[in-house]
Amino acid sequence: MSHLSYEDAKKHVFRGFWILLVVTLVEVVISLFGKGHIIESVANLRWLVALAALLIVGLSIYKAKFIIYEFMHLGSEVKGLRTSVLLPAALLIWAIIAFFQEGNAWKDRREQIKDKNEMQVDEAGQQGMLLEKEIYDWKG
Amino acid sequence: MATETTLIEHDEMHDEHHEYQQGWDGGEEKPFKASYGKLMMWYFLLSDAFTFAGFLIAYGALRFSMPTWPVPDFVFSTAPFGLHKLFPGESAPLIFVTFMSFLLIVSSVTMVRAVQEGHRENKNGVVFWMVLTVIGGAGFLSCQAWEWANLITHEHMGIRTDPFGTHTEEGTYYMANGQPSSAAEDTFEEGDSYLIHTAGHSEQTDNMTAEQTFLYEADAMITQRGIDVDNIPEGGIDFPGFRLDEKGFIQRKFVASSGEAGVQEFGPKAFGALFFFITGFHGFHVFSGVLFLIIITVNVASGLYVQRKNGYEMVEKIGLYWHFVDLVWVFVFLVFYLL
Repeated sequence: MSHLSYEDAKKHVFRGFWILLVVTLVEVVISLFGKGHIIESVANLRWLVALAALLIVGLSIYKAKFIIYEFMHLGSEVKGLRTSVLLPAALLIWAIIAFFQEGNAWKDRREQIKDKNEMQVDEAGQQGMLLEKEIYDWKG
Repeated sequence: MATETTLIEHDEMHDEHHEYQQGWDGGEEKPFKASYGKLMMWYFLLSDAFTFAGFLIAYGALRFSMPTWPVPDFVFSTAPFGLHKLFPGESAPLIFVTFMSFLLIVSSVTMVRAVQEGHRENKNGVVFWMVLTVIGGAGFLSCQAWEWANLITHEHMGIRTDPFGTHTEEGTYYMANGQPSSAAEDTFEEGDSYLIHTAGHSEQTDNMTAEQTFLYEADAMITQRGIDVDNIPEGGIDFPGFRLDEKGFIQRKFVASSGEAGVQEFGPKAFGALFFFITGFHGFHVFSGVLFLIIITVNVASGLYVQRKNGYEMVEKIGLYWHFVDLVWVFVFLVFYLL
């Protein structure tokens, strides 16, 4: 930023304002479109919802990068400072993958338990599974 | 290498000598060519980013673990002064929070301008842009206060109650008297959201929607039976067309297309707790940011930083913090409202 003249730097800032504003509005429009508020019939298309989500996440990351590099001037700090801030933050990528996977596993497990709880005992089937002698002999 | 070592040794002695005059600023040596204060602000923000990331990832993990989740464009579809009534279907999905984001973006931009004026040692310019930043931040907080108040007092969301539910199959609601409703609005599809209302809040107006009519009739039935809404026995009370739960919520009964009868269930409890905790934690950051901005604006106006001759570095540091608050909002906005 320091290489820009004062007038240019001012213009740069207001350009940043329009970028952030337009990107935010585009995000909201995509979000509402994906949920069927703009064209109702698209609400049930799963791939479209996923695509909208992906686009919104991408745009948000762009906004974050813009704020960090332009407004917080991280782009014009020395490389060492940049690395020491951004590299630890990269650990979050794994945290996101691991915990979302975990959340999904909780759901699967809960559904599995619900299914098992609702399962009806099949009398005939059970008699066939275990021999009567085994039931008596087994002492645990 | 050898010369470098001697240089550092020299510097340490130098620091000791001047400690009283200079304060604790890390001395002349500047790692990463940044001042001590700016560097530490960056590392504080990094640690704060981890805290926020932890909360938001917890939100994501819990959301992934639930079969249904409240739909944000249904939950956040009101605006102050009844402005949402001007929108089609009397709902303004995400419009108010978009305005809140706009306020934070504006205040972030005015903050950059304040830092720029600081570099030029233009005292009045710094004060002007910082006052605008304070106004933006205070505006955001006011909007959030309204949003919370609306959720708590009108929609009865709490940290342990989530009245925003989602249908898992299509079906038709019953009317208060237990007859299947014939109104088109009373049929729903899988994935449709609903808000469970509380008893004793309905009024008779012209052009009532099917839901308003239902609530009015339900309230009339509850009064007719002489039930004290604030003192409902445990387990709730059963009515032909709805269930009155012990906290006074009216859970509508419906018949699903599979022929099975059902009742409106509450949404995942975690939603309310996560919402109030995470947006509250962010709001607290905004609040403390506004306080610090005010303190520093007063200091700028009093001419304190003129003597330091460091291009208003204090303004730059609070600027970093303020942009960070905006940065976090980008992600809070993403996970709570957009997705």
